[in-house]
Amino acid sequence: MKNGSSVEVRLPSELGFEKIAMSTAAGMASLMGFSEDRIEDLKTAVAEACINAIEHGNKFDDRLDVGVILSSNDDELEVKVIDDGGGLHSTPASPNIDRKIAGEEDPRGMGMFLIQSLVDEAEWHKGPPGKSFVRLVIRLAKENS
Amino acid sequence: MQAATKIARRDATAASGDPVAILELKGDISSASKEGMLQAYHAAGPVKKVLLDFSGVDYINSSGIAIIIQMLIEERKAGHRTIGIFGLTPHFKKVFTMVGVAKYATISPDEASALAEM
Repeated sequence: MKNGSSVEVRLPSELGFEKIAMSTAAGMASLMGFSEDRIEDLKTAVAEACINAIEHGNKFDDRLDVGVILSSNDDELEVKVIDDGGGLHSTPASPNIDRKIAGEEDPRGMGMFLIQSLVDEAEWHKGPPGKSFVRLVIRLAKENS
Repeated sequence: MQAATKIARRDATAASGDPVAILELKGDISSASKEGMLQAYHAAGPVKKVLLDFSGVDYINSSGIAIIIQMLIEERKAGHRTIGIFGLTPHFKKVFTMVGVAKYATISPDEASALAEM
C-alpha cells in the first residue's frame, strides 16, 4: 500500500453503523501489516469513537453523517472521526468499577477510557466551525517493541 | 440497525454440586441488548450461580459491558448470586479486565473451567 493512502467513510447517525467503520479500519490496518491483537484494539477504539459521535456529537440526528477518515502515514494509521457536535467540554474521569458497583457512578461511560487505553494517541479537537473530531493513531513501531 | 442478541438458557452443575444457569449469548451485545439480557438474567430463577457464555458473541461495545456491570450491581445488592464469565476472546478478556469487570466476576477460558471454579 502506498504511503499517504486515505479512505473515507460516511456513516448515518444511527447506532450499529459503527461496525462499518470497524471493518474498514480493520481492513486498512491489515493491509499495513498490523497484528491481529492491535487490529482488535483499533476496532474497539474506532467503534467507541463512532458511538460517541453518533450519540453525543450528532445526537442521533438522521440529517447528519459521521465522517471517518483513515490515513496511512509512514508507520502509523491515523483515524479521524468527525461529527457536528460542540466537542468535549472536559475529559471525563476514568471509570471506577468499585463506584459503579456501589451505585455511585453510571455503569456506562467507559468509551473514552477504552479509546485512550487501546490506541497510541487519542486527541479530541473542536473545529472546523460547527464540527468536532477525535483523532486516533496506532503505530506499527509498537508491534516490534 | 443494531444487530440482535440471541439468548438461550441451559442448566449445568458446578463442581461444588450447586445448580448453575448458563446464559448462552450470541450475536452482538450493545445498548439494544439491555432489556433482553436483564430479562434473561432475572428469569434464571432461584439459582445462586449464573454463567454468561460469550463464545458465540461477535461484537460487544461499552454499552454492552455496562449491561454486565448492571447485573453485577444487582447481584451485589441482592447478595444471592455469583456471576461467572467464559468464552471471551483474548481481546475482550483484556477489555473486561481494563474496565474492572474481572474484579467482580470470575473470567474463565471455557465452560469446564468455569464450572470447576464455581
